[in-house]
Amino acid sequence: MTARILTRRQMLLRGSSVLGGLLLAGCDRLTSAPSFQRVLESAEGLTYRSQRLLQGSGALAREFRESDLSPVFRSNGTSFPDSDLYLRLLENQFADWRLSVGGLVARPLSLPLTALRAMPARRQITRHDCVEGWSAIGKWTGVPLSAVLKLAQVLPHARYVVFHCADSLGGSEAETYYESVDLLDAFHPQTLLAYELNGKPLPVPNGAPLRLRVERQLGYKQAKYIMGLELVAALGGIRGGKGGFWEDRGYEWYAGI
Amino acid sequence: MERANLIYRHTVVTRILHWLNALCVFLVLMSGLQIFNAHPRLYWGEYGANTDTAFIQLGNQHAPGGKAFPPWATVPSWQDLAGGRRWHFFFAWVLVFNSALYLLVSFVNGHVRRDLVPSRAEISPRHLARELWNHLRLKFPFGAAARHYNSLQKLAYLGVIFGLAPMMLITGLTMSPGIDAAAPWLLDLLGGRQSARTLHFLTAMLIVLFIIVHLVMVVLAGPLNELRSMVTGRFEVPPDRTE
Repeated sequence: MTARILTRRQMLLRGSSVLGGLLLAGCDRLTSAPSFQRVLESAEGLTYRSQRLLQGSGALAREFRESDLSPVFRSNGTSFPDSDLYLRLLENQFADWRLSVGGLVARPLSLPLTALRAMPARRQITRHDCVEGWSAIGKWTGVPLSAVLKLAQVLPHARYVVFHCADSLGGSEAETYYESVDLLDAFHPQTLLAYELNGKPLPVPNGAPLRLRVERQLGYKQAKYIMGLELVAALGGIRGGKGGFWEDRGYEWYAGI
Repeated sequence: MERANLIYRHTVVTRILHWLNALCVFLVLMSGLQIFNAHPRLYWGEYGANTDTAFIQLGNQHAPGGKAFPPWATVPSWQDLAGGRRWHFFFAWVLVFNSALYLLVSFVNGHVRRDLVPSRAEISPRHLARELWNHLRLKFPFGAAARHYNSLQKLAYLGVIFGLAPMMLITGLTMSPGIDAAAPWLLDLLGGRQSARTLHFLTAMLIVLFIIVHLVMVVLAGPLNELRSMVTGRFEVPPDRTE
């Protein structure tokens, strides 16, 4: 009697470890299957719609006090773009750098840093959340993106702002960083083109001369080393078609979670 | 086999939701460990990154192969933060729907009141102490007493359903910058985003502890009978013994 129960127990244990192994191998197979990826990706739309619903028209990200600042605001991704173009701009302290604004706008722009600094600025102390899990609090100064977009006069059929950057994480220079946000985030009052961090000109590791702050989303949306903005009606035709460097590599376009 | 002792223990809804829940919980746990591996340090407060003091640190992210959790514990098995997040959020949504349905059905059909909420007598210190002593000696109820969950079982299930599960949900939501903008009070409730991340991890470990104890109890109490009761609903009540 005892022997039979033990055998049953062993059978169950062996059975469940075999089952567990199959389940895990199955998960790996499913991860690699495009059709199952699409099933998993369907959650992103649900997350996006429910968060937009909860946020209402313009919920603000929390702003902190000076005493809440991280002692060190770490950088991630590229910490020093080494393209010839960027090195030339850096050498001249970005005096020759221009922010190009193009695509679906009535007035394409080419703005030097001095012009951006002359516009009304916003300063905010916010939390930066990396997709890896860490957070850092920093004080950002910059021009609200909405001000630049109003200056350029966005055309009615534009839906997204694409940010083209100088750094290339992918190794080859053709694979420069890029990102995109919808117009709801683009015109959000806390969405900045930031040129200062903690009261000093943006350091190179944090994206000099200009980076995006889109405070209700994760760190990979905060494009650094911005060279130009492009207003587009759809993201499909650009690069990998998913709206960003990391998005083309499997990360969600909506990074509010 | 004595069929007279066979009772109908679990409704079909409880059984379906139990297995769907089991699948989801394993997948969110293991994809959660995948996400954790991307930065295996936990902090307390609003911020926390590499140069800040860690509250808990597992593994060594700078050593080659020094990941906090091994491939067999993560989904996918290889290092893939983007993939882990896809699994995690998809099955977290399934869990939300599954749990909402479970709660709705269980309140309406009386499962919570009838089977889960212990009576006053069942939570008297004397009764609990006796049950605990019996559990420690691996003496399980039989006869009439085995027709219902025992008090420790009821308290464990209630603790998971109304304690740990909601805690996982709110600590998870507080890690989302989008939700933090919509409901900043979550940050005050949990002491900041990094505190929420730490609590999310620790609560997940309590759920793992529950699963281990749950599985051990199933094996000790008669695995085939217990499994059958959660598949067909029929549970064989161990007959009265006279000692």
